Amino acid sequence: MSGSVKAGYVRALDLKTGRVDMGHGAGGKAMAQLIDELFARAFANDYLAQGDDGTVLPAPEPGERLVMATDAHVVSPLFFPGGDIGCLSVHGTINDVAVMGARPLYLAASFILEEGFPLAELKRIVDSMAAASRAAGVPVVTGDTKVVEQGKGDGVFITTTGVGALPAGRSLSGANARPGDAVLVSGTLGDHGMAIMAQRESLAFESEIESDTAALHGLIADLLAAVPGVRVLRDPTRGGLATTLNEIAAQSGVGMLLEEKAIPVREQVDAACELLGLDPLYVANEGKLVAIVPAEAADAALAALRAHPLGREAARIGEVTADPNAFVQIRTGFGGKRMVDWLSGEPLPRIC
Amino acid sequence: MKYVDEFRDGDVAAKLADAIAREAATGRDYAFMEFCGGHTHAISRYGVTDLLPPNVRMIHGPGCPVCVLPIGRIDMAIGLVLARRDVILTTYGDCLRVPASNQLSLQKAKARGGDVRMVYSAADALTLAQKNPGREVVFFAIGFETTTPPTALVIRQAQALGLTNFSVICNHVLTPSAIMTILESPEVRDLGTVPLDGFIGPAHVSTIIGSRPYAFFAEEYRKPVVIAGFEPLDVMQAIRMLIRQVNEGRAEVENEFTRAVTADGNLKAQALVSEVFELRRSFEWRGLREVPYSALRIRDAFAGWDAERKFDLAFQSVPDNKACECGAILRGVKKPTDCRIFGTVCTPENPMGSCMVSSEGACAAHYNYGRFRDIPVVAA
Repeated sequence: MSGSVKAGYVRALDLKTGRVDMGHGAGGKAMAQLIDELFARAFANDYLAQGDDGTVLPAPEPGERLVMATDAHVVSPLFFPGGDIGCLSVHGTINDVAVMGARPLYLAASFILEEGFPLAELKRIVDSMAAASRAAGVPVVTGDTKVVEQGKGDGVFITTTGVGALPAGRSLSGANARPGDAVLVSGTLGDHGMAIMAQRESLAFESEIESDTAALHGLIADLLAAVPGVRVLRDPTRGGLATTLNEIAAQSGVGMLLEEKAIPVREQVDAACELLGLDPLYVANEGKLVAIVPAEAADAALAALRAHPLGREAARIGEVTADPNAFVQIRTGFGGKRMVDWLSGEPLPRIC
Repeated sequence: MKYVDEFRDGDVAAKLADAIAREAATGRDYAFMEFCGGHTHAISRYGVTDLLPPNVRMIHGPGCPVCVLPIGRIDMAIGLVLARRDVILTTYGDCLRVPASNQLSLQKAKARGGDVRMVYSAADALTLAQKNPGREVVFFAIGFETTTPPTALVIRQAQALGLTNFSVICNHVLTPSAIMTILESPEVRDLGTVPLDGFIGPAHVSTIIGSRPYAFFAEEYRKPVVIAGFEPLDVMQAIRMLIRQVNEGRAEVENEFTRAVTADGNLKAQALVSEVFELRRSFEWRGLREVPYSALRIRDAFAGWDAERKFDLAFQSVPDNKACECGAILRGVKKPTDCRIFGTVCTPENPMGSCMVSSEGACAAHYNYGRFRDIPVVAA
């Protein structure tokens, strides 16, 4: 009988019904198998194939500087309309690098897995990550896996770190906004946060709200090519547009005045916010861009954004004002004015 | 958004603003109190103040359930959840950050190991009890007449189901007694330090209790009351109706919110509430102190679902922080900006007083939406 089993045979990882066990993080053969059969296969690239503790990467072009960003992802639920924690963890970090004006080059990924987590779901997540990384042209070049006992995690946590190259002479910073500048957004606000909330609260709408999770480096490259004088770029994730604009206002020492009517929000998102008592300006986005540009470049910037599939609904939503208090204000559709303040520690669930 | 945007229309608002300005151009000042936090929020959120002439002033009343909840009641819940590890304490999200004694809050009690969970409804708390038969699920119930019927319903359901691991800490309070306390306060009644020309009456509360209970205030205290919905156009229309009453020397109860409020209110809900609850002889309100017959407790027939009796909880009154002006602000005696710690020591991130906790509170509403008005405009 033993003749029918090939020498050195190892039973393949059971990706249909298997579950993560403590051995998958113990550093032994089970871990090596998980890495080989799942991660390395999905992310397959020459850097990862080096197989060492770290990855050797080529130097950037002469004159270029490096940009590095990291982002931990703990979203619950792991799968949501429009995406999952896998593609989200790729998009999130690419966007953090890209809004600095850099060309995203490489990603590192760290997984914290909970004992008992179905391998089939892990495969779905890793495949989604790999697809997102390939679509973006930014490979995952190194990684790590740890397993925690049941009850000590929440399925999967993923931390990704990104490295990008910043062309000589380019400097985008939240401190660059100046009075008179135009404030633009690349599309509708609140989609990601409400997609998650609607699912968590089992809200049924006639048409489902989908997360906007997307990698923005293509859109940003087009914008910067059309308008090299862009002053500030940010992706308004946690805390939404309101928090992002307050950060910029504080960093630059300026105020802002927004026009409520000009801010694009999908009707379902608006309705869901109304129902849950939330303000779409404070709800997270994962595929939107805030751009602050000199007023004279606003039309060109808007045209560049709208020409890209991810920026079709871009809008000019307000202007930067001179205000030493760094207040962000809005003219309401009703006709009054109010502040759009920092988000104050609401007990909102995990959205990214 | 259909059925909502119509009540937030800027063009209609502009016309209404013109009408208000015309009718208020009488040379006198008008001061109206919006009782409900829902109105306070609408006024701040939509910038209604900008559409009112300078001689019309809105005073933010005590109708924010979180704001009037005394510290001692929160202490009671914190004490329970920290002492009994079998207890799951459930409550509405607004309650979690209310500052209690010893620099604690329910949220901080959670960080110390107490099992505190936010629910969207009383029914969610009941479901949690059904799903956790080995745990004691306690619902910390707060609110005015609007949230009382759902609490009554879950108590009755728990009894019908024989669900013995569910109980309620009842903090439900009554609107008319609070209005009466304000009207009886020396600042309004004798000293005249708080000029008060009328009330915008509650929206959702009135759908339950109807418009009749306010007739007494209109008659006895000669104060007009206009019941209004929570949308900004409702508020502006109500202000216009109040100005008219004042100008014509009338003091009546008028109903702007006829799309939802009737004279009698919701009789079924009223019956349900009186089946499960009875009046407390007295209840402490933050800002208003002890108010007689102003709150509800669970009747003897439902004693098994009364957490105060089940866990032998005792209320201990706790004085407010000395510098905090919440009390005077809730009575309309002071404005948020009159408080020395407003916006410095006391902010929404670090609330000292209850008015800074809920977005419906006068201080939080002004801090979040209106504090740019306190600072002189700097030319660009």
